[in-house]
Amino acid sequence: MAERVLMKGNEALAEAALRAGCRHFFGYPITPQTEVAAYMAKKMPKIGGTYLQAESEIAAINMVYGAAAAGVRAMTSSSSPGISLKAEGISYMAGADLPCLICNIMRGGPGLGGIQPSQADYWQATKATGHGDFQILVFAPSTVQEMVNTVFKAFDLADKYRMPAMLLGDGMLGQMMEPVEFPDSDPSANIPAKDWALTGHHNARKHNVVNSLFLQPQALEDLVVERYKKYDYIKENEAMHEEYLCEDADIILVAYGASSRIAKSAVNAARAQGIKAGVIRPITLWPYPSKPIDAACSKAKAFLVVEMSMGQMVDDVRLIVNGRKPVHFYGRTGGIIPTPAEVLEQIKKIAGGDR
Amino acid sequence: MFESLKRIIIVTGHYGSGKTNLSVNLALDLKRAGKEVTLVDLDIVNPYFRSADFKELMNKNGISMITPTFANTNLDIPSISINLNGVIHDKNRVTILDVGGDDAGAAALGGYARSILDTGDYTMLYVVNRYRYLTQSTQEAVQILREIETTSRLKATHIVNNSNLAFTTTKEDIERSAEYAKEIAKECGLPLWGSSVMKEVAKQLNDMPGIYPVEIYVRTIWNQ
Repeated sequence: MAERVLMKGNEALAEAALRAGCRHFFGYPITPQTEVAAYMAKKMPKIGGTYLQAESEIAAINMVYGAAAAGVRAMTSSSSPGISLKAEGISYMAGADLPCLICNIMRGGPGLGGIQPSQADYWQATKATGHGDFQILVFAPSTVQEMVNTVFKAFDLADKYRMPAMLLGDGMLGQMMEPVEFPDSDPSANIPAKDWALTGHHNARKHNVVNSLFLQPQALEDLVVERYKKYDYIKENEAMHEEYLCEDADIILVAYGASSRIAKSAVNAARAQGIKAGVIRPITLWPYPSKPIDAACSKAKAFLVVEMSMGQMVDDVRLIVNGRKPVHFYGRTGGIIPTPAEVLEQIKKIAGGDR
Repeated sequence: MFESLKRIIIVTGHYGSGKTNLSVNLALDLKRAGKEVTLVDLDIVNPYFRSADFKELMNKNGISMITPTFANTNLDIPSISINLNGVIHDKNRVTILDVGGDDAGAAALGGYARSILDTGDYTMLYVVNRYRYLTQSTQEAVQILREIETTSRLKATHIVNNSNLAFTTTKEDIERSAEYAKEIAKECGLPLWGSSVMKEVAKQLNDMPGIYPVEIYVRTIWNQ
């Protein structure tokens, strides 16, 4: 490991992408993720890469499609409204089995919304990033260091499974600074041979086709069904989560990203007052870490989901808990961040109700 | 250390070098020293973590603030309050200008260069952090200062060593940064004003000269 340095989340994720072998970035500036594009603009020309500020988010995602089809590690980044614009292209990439990294540093919505942090794109990221039957990998880091680690992981798994991956951060993670270390890894070690890529066949092999259009419905159904077998395998093998003080917890908070940092603070405060609380923190949002939540149902008395939204991930928790225990929700939205004190109040309310 | 600071104190540096935290500390300490103080948030680049976040703290301590009209709203417009020229020429008042990062942030300062030069009474601090990724070499740090000076049309007068790794900063981290700060100062031909160090660590650095102990005001909601 090299020396620790102090970085903004946005800068750290950009640097991690470069170190993961990404040499093709296509984007369009939008607060609060603009530092990603700014960093790439500064660094890419120095290392022989391509930084291109496209004329729109739609153009940018289609450039990512083209670069990914040619077999290189490509990425784009944006914030909420920009991701909506990219939705069509993301669906096309999923339909053409193309790997890439898409970063969404979320801000308040809907519509133009605001520029302050938010987590209101959970449904979009995990359920409906575009039209059609498909999923993408979704990672939700909660520290600047984890943003770095997640970028490597996201590129690796996107390549491994030939599908788009998303890093879902919020404005707070993008803008805040924390010390980070970069692993001294060789990115080429994890890039599989891409014999499907459009690299020119020189009449030496059969030509490759990258496409999401199918003329025969049966061929399309077969392909989608096959893809869903891959999704099942991923659900079984790639879900990631962290447990914090869950061992003896009566109340389990479920939170991701910046909300999980707030949840941990609130849990520490609750424990100081004698309330046994813990946090399950999903690191992947798709595949969702359902097993630890399912297992916690046997021990915990209640769940509390904390989000910077009106309540989106709480749906997934309720599906897993399936009525066995009460699932409460606390959230703030529109760019407002819940405070540890507010979350502690909720924990105390639930603990009081249980006694 | 405050004797070397003139009436207008301009705080410049790379993104995330710690300009806002230094500005807030200076404002409070100069007020405690009996001065009338105005803190100006001149950052038109950064959406979060800025002087405007501390309006309440400043007001409580009798420090006036000038912030961009739309700071901390959802309007992403780089507009600056018209009151700035007034305080620049107010001889009874110390004015601290917390400038945005790099040359892009310093552009807003350029519009006031003539007024500031006319007073002949300013200090321009260049804040450096050895642990910030893009300013770890002396050359990089000096180049950013040159860009800031070109854009702002003002020359820096002092270097401030604000090297830190957020809350994980150790005594050793600060000691290792001393040579870096000295080299930048030498390269720029400017005096080193001092090293701003979080109070907990500053206590352990009795032998090091020029330590300015600071509180960490710029922090995330879960670290408050």
